[in-house]
Amino acid sequence: MSSRDHILREVRRSLPADAPLPSLDRQWTRYEDPHAQFFEILRGVGGAGRIVAGEQQLREEIDRVIAAIGAKQICSVIPEATAGNVDIAAIEDPHDLASVDLAILPGELAVAENAAVWVNGARVRQRVAYFLSQHVVLVIPHERIASNMHEAYAWLQQSADGGSPFGETTWGTFMSGPSKTADIEQALVIGAHGARSLHVFFTKP
Amino acid sequence: MRVGLFIPCYIDQFYPRVGIATLRLLEHFHAGDIEFPTSQICCGQPMANAGCVADARPAAERFVATFRSYDYIVAPSGSCVTMVRNHYHGLVADEVALAEVQAKTFELCEFLTDVLKVEPPAGRFPRRVGLHQSCHGLRELRLGSDSELNIQPFNKTELLLANLEGIEFAKLDRPDECCGFGGSFAIYEEGVSCMMGRDRIADHERGGAEVLTAGDMSCLMHLDGLIRRERRPLRVLHVAELLAEALGLPLTD
Amino acid sequence: MQTQEHPSAADAFVADDAHAHWHDQALWFIRAKRDKCAHGLPEWEELRELAAQIKQHTIARLGDYLEQFERNATRLGAVVHWARDAAEHNAIVLKLLQERSVRRLVKSKSMLTEECGLNPFLEQHGIEVTDTDLGEWIVQLRHEHPSHIVLPAIHIKKEDVGELFHRELGTEKGATDPAYLTEAARHRLREKFLAAEAGLTGVNFGIAETGGFVVCTNEGNSDLGTSLPPIHIASMGIEKLIPRLDDMGVFLRLLARSATGQPITAYSTHYHGPRPGCELHIVLVDNGRTKLLASEEFRNSLRCIRCGACLNTCPVYRRSGGHSYGVSVAGPIGSIVNPSRDPEKHRSLPFACTLCGSCADVCPVKIDLPNQLLSWRKRIADLGLIEPSKRRLMRLAGRILSTPRLYAFAGKAGRTLLRFAPRWVVYNRFNPWGRQREMPLPPKESFRQWHSRQSRDDKPSSS
Repeated sequence: MSSRDHILREVRRSLPADAPLPSLDRQWTRYEDPHAQFFEILRGVGGAGRIVAGEQQLREEIDRVIAAIGAKQICSVIPEATAGNVDIAAIEDPHDLASVDLAILPGELAVAENAAVWVNGARVRQRVAYFLSQHVVLVIPHERIASNMHEAYAWLQQSADGGSPFGETTWGTFMSGPSKTADIEQALVIGAHGARSLHVFFTKP
Repeated sequence: MRVGLFIPCYIDQFYPRVGIATLRLLEHFHAGDIEFPTSQICCGQPMANAGCVADARPAAERFVATFRSYDYIVAPSGSCVTMVRNHYHGLVADEVALAEVQAKTFELCEFLTDVLKVEPPAGRFPRRVGLHQSCHGLRELRLGSDSELNIQPFNKTELLLANLEGIEFAKLDRPDECCGFGGSFAIYEEGVSCMMGRDRIADHERGGAEVLTAGDMSCLMHLDGLIRRERRPLRVLHVAELLAEALGLPLTD
Repeated sequence: MQTQEHPSAADAFVADDAHAHWHDQALWFIRAKRDKCAHGLPEWEELRELAAQIKQHTIARLGDYLEQFERNATRLGAVVHWARDAAEHNAIVLKLLQERSVRRLVKSKSMLTEECGLNPFLEQHGIEVTDTDLGEWIVQLRHEHPSHIVLPAIHIKKEDVGELFHRELGTEKGATDPAYLTEAARHRLREKFLAAEAGLTGVNFGIAETGGFVVCTNEGNSDLGTSLPPIHIASMGIEKLIPRLDDMGVFLRLLARSATGQPITAYSTHYHGPRPGCELHIVLVDNGRTKLLASEEFRNSLRCIRCGACLNTCPVYRRSGGHSYGVSVAGPIGSIVNPSRDPEKHRSLPFACTLCGSCADVCPVKIDLPNQLLSWRKRIADLGLIEPSKRRLMRLAGRILSTPRLYAFAGKAGRTLLRFAPRWVVYNRFNPWGRQREMPLPPKESFRQWHSRQSRDDKPSSS
């Protein structure tokens, strides 16, 4: 008997009485000003950002970040933010992104309760750009914000429009703030293996 | 109503003043006819908590037989009461009798607040009191809200003490951490047990407590053992004693 | 793993008083952060109840959900393997690596792989395994096991990490600044990620409805480990399933808040089939989980999402450290699942507990931990695994505490001894209580003696 059959047999031999799957349709905490909540939490987890109006403002913010970091190798999938000098669309091997200082990438949806941003690489050929780059900037349309995770998942399902919420891509991440660790005596250190800094810009027209 | 007074074994033998205080409080609050049926001994918890269920059965059977006929059974012990209400399944043969007894067994403070529905009494106890939340009473009998749950705060023991003139409550860093007694844990995991006890005492001392009190004499026996060995200046009193003293009830002959 | 039982290991831990208090404080701080989150979210208790119900439902239909998961994962292009036990899991992983000539593997945190002893097994077969979670890497370099399921190096001081990194990485001697040390680790581990030929992760949640799964980290190590090499192996306990993608909303709101007091981890990555042109293998592991499933008393422990909240709140765990349990998953949940594997070896674990109940009230999936610990005590007693002196003591206590004459005699004898015997008779090596504590002050008479006198002297109490 295969291990699969063995395990399934053992599982089915022992099942308890059926228990109902509850509905998740409840009154969950919502925010009157979700962007304010988002930024409050984002600051708390070591991130930064703001709302920008128009391409000019976005470009200025990005230039500020570039200058602050001293970024040389910049990979941008948001041409209105900056052109960048690393063309991710041309990169076949993810390892070739190892020297990227700053990646300017799209976010699909922000979540106010925990400053998470859903990213899924729908427009980014190499997912590693979100993690390997020393610094990351996420650009999200201003209205793409949910109060809580339940709304976020509902949005994912809705935007999938009957298809898979993952569409053509095979992954997605909720990214909240830069990477971090507290593994050395519980001292918080920002910039563990992933991004050393995370900026989030919501763009208004 | 007829109330059967359950005075747990170690309180009966080593802390009779707690039993006397309990009796006086029940009399004071007009709890009806209060009897102390002498056939009682022990709820069986020491053996049951050690996994030795067979050794606990005779004690459990005796408890049910002793108290079956009363309208209420009251004990100054959260851990004994939770043993009866929550852990007697499988220890008592007559499940009907068991269910009856379980439904009417109460810890002293919850009996006063929930059954007799007394108003927090006037009295005098001008001391800063460190109120230790005994775990079984807190988290199994839900005598109060614990720090873990996001629920409306409440505390039946504190409510009973709140009106006493002059009383203050010591502010603790860890309001409901366990004292480390845990039954035979106190012996078999002595190192951790005593460290936990000392940490509780230090917390109460930092909060300026002059008197340490709780609803379970087992916690207090352990803490008092450490306090007296290390000559800490804390007075240890069971809540029943504290309340009886505050109300001026006679605790000697 | 050690052969020492919990009490002696715990006594040794407690003996270093400063270290034990430091460890206790460090973990209490995390418990306090959890409290802040829990009390700050009005729907917290509702979320816990939902999570408990979702897991309970999943367990009740585990066979169907496992098949649904396998079907969907396969449709997405993953290869699903099944392992009955640790040995089979390790063999499957090894075969996958050997078939692809993989010599360098990076791993993100997986308690399941700790449970299976994967690292030493792979290393024996010449594969370089790098644990990339910083805490896990630190314990790996020290040739130790993690002492906590979420904070593997919680027992280690920064001076020790400084020394370790000086030896292994060439950092400055005497350096203890966590940011400096983390930077050094970042550089070295980055090299490992870039050179890795395969990445292995655990699974926080497998989603039956989609065939995808979710891995949560703060460091981004699992993401680097799975976006660079062309092979991703995911080791998953069969209990890690949830039915629907929407259920993730509940669990992601509970997990990090319970574990570390954060609203969410920095990365909550959803894998939905392999990367284009790459491979994804999921290894479903039993290793004793069906045994727990078969037990009415311990079945609920399968709800566990390995958040570590019960470890952080346990006053015993905090003061004895994970290593004193001698298992990969320590603390309250560990004291329930490990005895199932080997009751004799782990017989002391359910007793490393005061039944305070704090664990149950922080558990995001409402496992009735204290009840299960108590059930284990009964099982261990029934298996005859309680040490003989304790058995005898309980038998004696049971008789004394149910026989009026014996009880009256024992009580009187005890009180008399305490009142009149010289100190050395009471406090000696036969009296373990008396080592660090005074005995109760002996009263002249018992309550029942007092009461009996009252009843003789006046009427029975009434009002």
